[in-house]
Amino acid sequence: MTTDVAASAGRTGGDPGRPAGPAAGGDAATSRRRRRILGAQPLGILFSAPYLAFVVVVFAWPIVFAVWMSFQDYFFAAPGAEVDRPFVGFDNYVTVLTDPDVWQAFGNVGIFLLINVPLTVILSIVLATALDRIVHARTFFRVSYYLPYVTASVAVVSVWLFLFARNGLVNNVLGPLAPDPSWLVNSSLAMPTIALFVTWKGLGFYILLYLAALQNVPKELYESVAVDGGGRVRQFFSVTVPGVRPATLLVVLLSTITGANLFTEPYLLTGGGGPNGASTSPVLLIYQRGIEQGNPDVAAAIGVILIVFVLILAAIQRKLVGGDES
Amino acid sequence: MRRALGSKVALYVVLSLGAIAFLFPFYYMVVGSLQTDVDPTPAGAFPDPANLTGDNYAAINERINLLQGLLNSGIFTGGVLLGTVVFGVLAGYALAVLQWRGRSATFALALLVQVIPFQLLMIPLYVMIARDYGLSDTYMGMILPFFINSTAVIIFRQYFLQLPPDLFSAARIDGAGEFRLLWSVALPLVRPALLTAVLLTFIGPWNEFLWPFLITKEASMQPLAVSLANFISNIAASTSNPFGAMMAGAVVLAVPAVTLFIVFQRYFTTNDLGSGVKG
Repeated sequence: MTTDVAASAGRTGGDPGRPAGPAAGGDAATSRRRRRILGAQPLGILFSAPYLAFVVVVFAWPIVFAVWMSFQDYFFAAPGAEVDRPFVGFDNYVTVLTDPDVWQAFGNVGIFLLINVPLTVILSIVLATALDRIVHARTFFRVSYYLPYVTASVAVVSVWLFLFARNGLVNNVLGPLAPDPSWLVNSSLAMPTIALFVTWKGLGFYILLYLAALQNVPKELYESVAVDGGGRVRQFFSVTVPGVRPATLLVVLLSTITGANLFTEPYLLTGGGGPNGASTSPVLLIYQRGIEQGNPDVAAAIGVILIVFVLILAAIQRKLVGGDES
Repeated sequence: MRRALGSKVALYVVLSLGAIAFLFPFYYMVVGSLQTDVDPTPAGAFPDPANLTGDNYAAINERINLLQGLLNSGIFTGGVLLGTVVFGVLAGYALAVLQWRGRSATFALALLVQVIPFQLLMIPLYVMIARDYGLSDTYMGMILPFFINSTAVIIFRQYFLQLPPDLFSAARIDGAGEFRLLWSVALPLVRPALLTAVLLTFIGPWNEFLWPFLITKEASMQPLAVSLANFISNIAASTSNPFGAMMAGAVVLAVPAVTLFIVFQRYFTTNDLGSGVKG
């Protein structure tokens, strides 16, 4: 109620030349109606309009467009040219699903997620818990963990290329234990190496999420476990882990989405998904099919299938991890 | 007592191992960029004064124009920051302070947008922006898909929500319009949020590879991340010290973001980001 008065006072103040009397009465009736339709402060709509327009142009419309495109025989044409792009039903999906490269790419993402997601959850929860318990050098550790996250993939990918090259430092240190063929050109090691890279690169962000979640775990719970004679390890498993379950769900979902979007790493680390497609990701395939080979309709179909794949995974993870009350 | 000390030491050991794993590649990047001849043996990880040079920086600068790349990255990032600060603050203010129809739907949308992976939009966006609007090789085409960062909108909303409502009603009674209120009452109070959001928004476009890679074919328009990637995949092999030149390029690309982040690290805090992501 106070806001109402204040809001109308604000409007009157903003328009001092407005005549009083019966005209103002009519005005009040329209403004009441307007308020019922648009809310008490319709200016909010104006303030949000640029953002809403942005979301429609960059997110909502492209999603609709992608789904529509995946059912057409769509191809690139010169701007303004009149071309016929017929509806072809599920033809593009048949093309995609009978393509062994697509199955391989999805299998690769499966391998990636099996390594990346558990490793991310375990390392970030352990490091965040440790970071939460110390007093000295906190800033130093915090900053060093976030550094890969804030640095461009392209920059850190070059260092990994250097480190994991055939004659690189890693193989030099391993000596006779170095894998042959080397990491990034070995069809069974290329994807795990990429998974390790992405885990390393993104860990700082997930540590940040866990640190925030740890602030919400009641300290008394730790004390009561300690009173019962439980050590640090007991405390970790019976208080910390269940206490940050909502954050764990978030970390699992976000790292799955990030993993499904893998592009830069296979493009640069393994020279475009090599060896023999052993590290091709669906997004890399979308790029190759859609833009390099000029089949945006097929690429759009891969995109739609990828969304469905992620949604199914997310639903399963939600069931498995629980803790979705946040 | 002894046990407590032991577990403290264990904590620092775990954290230090982590720090080495995270920092070593950065250290190695700098060392590698300064080597005349690549030395991939463990001894090569320690700088050898006889083997140090700045030539790698000159070598990569001959193949890709580092300054032009930095400038393009800067314009791309600056455009996104401008859009996010101007329109993101307006939207965040409307979401937190004003009462209007569609407010909760708009907030839900801002949350939803964050989980829509950009890569899935790349084909339709490429068709629209590069083919229909003819914006390839322009800064506008680069900036458009990132123009307003939704996470920043949510951070702004979160901070505006923490301001006491009485503050706003008092100013309104005094006759202040909403723009005045936002500009001279609300904004000065949320300056830390502004910095957090700017930092967070900065690393997006500065580090982005896929989109500018799709939309720029002309070398003179490419942000540094794209020209460095092209160097790695096409050109590096033809230089005398390919890894040295790659590391030099990587250092140039990494330094601005890393410096900004270290200087302003206290604004990159848990609670802001946590609330930003969780809403």
